[in-house]
Amino acid sequence: MSRMRWIFRELGPPLAGIAGSILAWAIVASLTSSSAIPSPLAVWERFVAGMRDGTIPDAAAKTMIRLAFSFAAAIVIGTAIGIGLALNEFARRSVRPLIVALQITPFIAWLPIAVVWFGATERAVVFVTIVGAFPSMTLATMAAMRQVPPLYRRAGRTLGAEGWTLYRRVIFPAALPGFMIGLQQAWGFAWKALMAAELLVAAAGAAGLGRLLAGAQNDVATLLAALAVIVAIGVSVDYLVFGRLDRRIKRRRGLLTTD
Amino acid sequence: MSGVMQLEPGTAAVAPAKFSVRDLVKTRVRGAGSGDGESFVAVDHVTFDVRRGEFLCVLGPSGCGKTSILHILAGLDEPTSGEALLDGRPITGPGPDRAVLFQEPALFPWLSVAGNVELALRLIGVPEAERRDRAMHWLENVHLGKFADAQPHELSAGMRQRAALARALAAEPDVLLGDEPFGALDAQARELLQDEVQRVWAEREGHATFVFVTHNVREAALLADRVLVMSAAPGRLLEEVRISSPRPRALDDVLVARVVSEIHEQLMREVDKGVAHEMDL
Repeated sequence: MSRMRWIFRELGPPLAGIAGSILAWAIVASLTSSSAIPSPLAVWERFVAGMRDGTIPDAAAKTMIRLAFSFAAAIVIGTAIGIGLALNEFARRSVRPLIVALQITPFIAWLPIAVVWFGATERAVVFVTIVGAFPSMTLATMAAMRQVPPLYRRAGRTLGAEGWTLYRRVIFPAALPGFMIGLQQAWGFAWKALMAAELLVAAAGAAGLGRLLAGAQNDVATLLAALAVIVAIGVSVDYLVFGRLDRRIKRRRGLLTTD
Repeated sequence: MSGVMQLEPGTAAVAPAKFSVRDLVKTRVRGAGSGDGESFVAVDHVTFDVRRGEFLCVLGPSGCGKTSILHILAGLDEPTSGEALLDGRPITGPGPDRAVLFQEPALFPWLSVAGNVELALRLIGVPEAERRDRAMHWLENVHLGKFADAQPHELSAGMRQRAALARALAAEPDVLLGDEPFGALDAQARELLQDEVQRVWAEREGHATFVFVTHNVREAALLADRVLVMSAAPGRLLEEVRISSPRPRALDDVLVARVVSEIHEQLMREVDKGVAHEMDL
């Protein structure tokens, strides 16, 4: 009962928003009756067809494997550099501007270069995804570690934590909420970069959800079906994985204003 | 009265000094962080000893450098000149032999209340199997047994500071340093914690050396064997007051009240002087 109510309270407003926009869309589609604006039903039919003939599940599976690899690599690289920058002032002053520049540069600008280096291959797609995602991880990790209250550091040291132990037991746990912000941002960048790169790299090895967008030619209903899948995956990973983890960490530390 | 206090030779032989502070000077930079702030003298040639087993309070107006002194004793900060000795050796860094109660409880919010105490035990090498029991012992000692599995943010400010006391005591340190640990508490919570501190010190009579800094005269008179009164910045020692009233003490004890008014007068003169000095500038 209370769980039902929780689901209703949590998911009610976003579902209402989705329902409202689909309704508006259906009205517009019925008024125009152009193939450029297909009805929600037509898109749903393409989606079902795509699921049945296996094109959508196949593409999604390939994309998710590629994403898992690229995102994991971006986390490892980004976190490692971020820790290094937090620890060393010279490194921070020399490398941080480069990372900020990378962060600001549209990730897709790397694609032509990646194609020259790696060819129009899956490797070029993975490269762009990693370059798109790791800078936010680096900057967030660095900021999170530098913003650890000096009081925690002092308290840890007086309890006998020095060197690695101080990092393991105090600094890293204290930096976790800030690290989560980086994780969520990096996820957004990785997902966008991957879709863009898949769309543009027209190679068999780089097939995936982004490729569905390129393959559908001018069939808007199919395009929208593919787009819906992309949106759904992006949002649900953000909400169900990172959002849930983030809320759990914050609740434990009393950082959530509402319960 | 600017005489600097020394131990009488007789007592020094019986109880060797736990801390010896010699001619300590600490300069600080105003507006820390910006490189070009002007520096000022926070602690000005301060010399004193703390006997083993003594409860010493350093009392002074805000900005008199007493926190600097405490941080130097804790090993969190270094003297600009002069020296600070622990058991006759220069202090080189912090350690679990000298627990610190900060003004804020400084509990780690990612750990439960018991988890905080268990971490202190882990850091001194207590095997995992013993940690929980020993943590519970210290939490019950400060009447927080029922809140062992709560998160720090679920406790009141006074309870948090008691949990910090349990965490500080868990490693059974020789020394407990207090940096105005009651400052942020309401009157009731403060009194409760003052009683706890008096009690744990008395339980380990002669073994535990407590050094607390405070700007609260009543608190110093209530807790200390000896009070060092400091001037407004630059912080110098003005006076030493020994308090021999029996323990446990209460704030309304006649002797304590007399000590309070004595110190109060002295300190008020100093605060006025500090304010007057600043207005000259």
